[in-house]
Amino acid sequence: MNIPQELFYSKEHEWVRFEGNKAYIGISDYAQHHLGDIVFVELPEIGAEFAPMTEAAVVESVKAVSPVFCPVAGKVVEVNEALLDTPEKVNEAPYESFLFAVETDGAGKENLLSAEAYAPLCPEEEETL
Amino acid sequence: MKLLFEKEVKGSNRFRFPEPEVSADAAPEMIPAEHLRTADLGIPELSEVEAVRHFTALSKRAFGVDDGPYPLGSCTMKYTPKICEAAALLPGFADIHPYQSPWTVQGALKLLYELQRDLAQLTGMDAFTLQPAAGAHGELCGMMIVRAYHKSTGADAQRNVVLVPDSAHGTNPATAAAVGYQVREVKSGPDGLVDLEDLKSKLGGDVAGLMLTNPNTVGLFEKNIEEISRLVHEAGGLLYYDGANLNAIVGVARPGDMGFDVCHVNLHKTFATPHGGGGPGAGGVGVKDFLAPFLPKPVIEWNEEEDVYTLNRDLPESIGKIKTFYGNFGVCVKAYAYIRLNGFAGLRAVAQHAVLNANYLKKRLSARYEIPFDVICKHEFVATNARQAKNGVRTLDIAKRLIDFGYHPPTIYFPLIVNEAMMFEPTETESKERLDEIAAAMNTIADEAETDPGKVKGAPYTTVIGRVDETRAARHPVLKYVSE
Repeated sequence: MNIPQELFYSKEHEWVRFEGNKAYIGISDYAQHHLGDIVFVELPEIGAEFAPMTEAAVVESVKAVSPVFCPVAGKVVEVNEALLDTPEKVNEAPYESFLFAVETDGAGKENLLSAEAYAPLCPEEEETL
Repeated sequence: MKLLFEKEVKGSNRFRFPEPEVSADAAPEMIPAEHLRTADLGIPELSEVEAVRHFTALSKRAFGVDDGPYPLGSCTMKYTPKICEAAALLPGFADIHPYQSPWTVQGALKLLYELQRDLAQLTGMDAFTLQPAAGAHGELCGMMIVRAYHKSTGADAQRNVVLVPDSAHGTNPATAAAVGYQVREVKSGPDGLVDLEDLKSKLGGDVAGLMLTNPNTVGLFEKNIEEISRLVHEAGGLLYYDGANLNAIVGVARPGDMGFDVCHVNLHKTFATPHGGGGPGAGGVGVKDFLAPFLPKPVIEWNEEEDVYTLNRDLPESIGKIKTFYGNFGVCVKAYAYIRLNGFAGLRAVAQHAVLNANYLKKRLSARYEIPFDVICKHEFVATNARQAKNGVRTLDIAKRLIDFGYHPPTIYFPLIVNEAMMFEPTETESKERLDEIAAAMNTIADEAETDPGKVKGAPYTTVIGRVDETRAARHPVLKYVSE
């Protein structure tokens, strides 16, 4: 299971990459693996505002429809529209496929996990699924 | 298989419509131009025999309970006695029209009235409507009633949240959202039941109610239901019963006695009217007395003195109409026949046998399959592929392989709280011999998963169309027929 060192993670399996006051958000390798083939993503509107860990986007796989939470407080400034036509990118390259980015004051960051702290939430024995 | 349009032979249809009573030439004078058809209708021309063969061939490719066991969890695909069909086809029920005066359809109104009374008695509710056309439609009706109640007390503006457990049917949060509520999820504990501590933390002055299925979607009875009811009501919320799993407790326990204020009943599940494939259903809604003024109108009333049934539309607090006319009447006739056929004691036996069958099959499967909540269950249970996963065999593969043995697969990947779930609901109408056959087939698949996993992963082999590419179908759907 790939868990890049430089990213932050939520307990609900989102990853966050901070660039200045911007936070890019996607789903982790573990999340895409468990969801299975992703067939549809629903992205937030530019300008939408979210409190930490509120539902901001939706990913639909062949198994289930799952919410994606916005791990930090912020206002959406960018969405990855390419995923609307190629949702498979989330499976193929989860950490290169951000779903949306928010402008944030950092609220909620204190509850995010480092790669080391996140790893135990991705138990290895289920990897053969 | 070719479509009707591809089978067309011009000139082969010799049917001729009678001359219209109104000349087609007069149409432009009577109908505005934008509503008049200018292009051909495009109905394919086939001879009668070719049309009959087409639909007969299609019917042979379908699979229903009349073909074999259909243990689709949370769907209650039980066998429907054919006498219920016969009752619905009686001319006095089948040949009437909803525009007829109530005086000319007293028998039909009496049947609906008595069915409402029976369902009220079976669920412990005080009043019923039979208008909703399906389970989710019943949920919509029930939650509109909840909202109408909060509006009547002035609490609607502050109560804008509906609680839904994480094991709930997807229709519950969808319904709450459709009625204008925000959805707040309540977690399940490690025992598969509602986590009371989590429930307490989610309750507050903003909560309009809790939607709950009992037994829940892992087939377990929410044994803390009285405590749940107390907590929700103390917080000022109402309790909604999702009747999808009523087959497990009908005649044994009643939602009304557990503290539920509103419930819907899937007549097409518990009361054996055939369903599936989008056919007609019925999702009657029952309420406690204090919610009766909000029921959809018209309401059927009985004047005992004159023994006359009437339709009351003078209901100022009603949520209004929820379905054209009075619901799916034919489905109600079948449900009524089913209740009369079994009697209340027979319905109790239905629930007992449904529970016995599920526990028997669970025990048989537990030798080879992982059972995440391996306690006495109600009418359904959840198994997983955990022991087969090491060979790369997924739940989807096991379900597809079961088709080759002549059985409909269980519900898969639901409930969401169990990874790679397979949810079996054998229902009371399968015999022990049939359950043994299903268990034997599942054991064979478990063997294959060890010795020849590729075989399981390539299934099914006996169907006209084998393994389909579900991912591609979902990513690049072709949703309508395109002629060459």
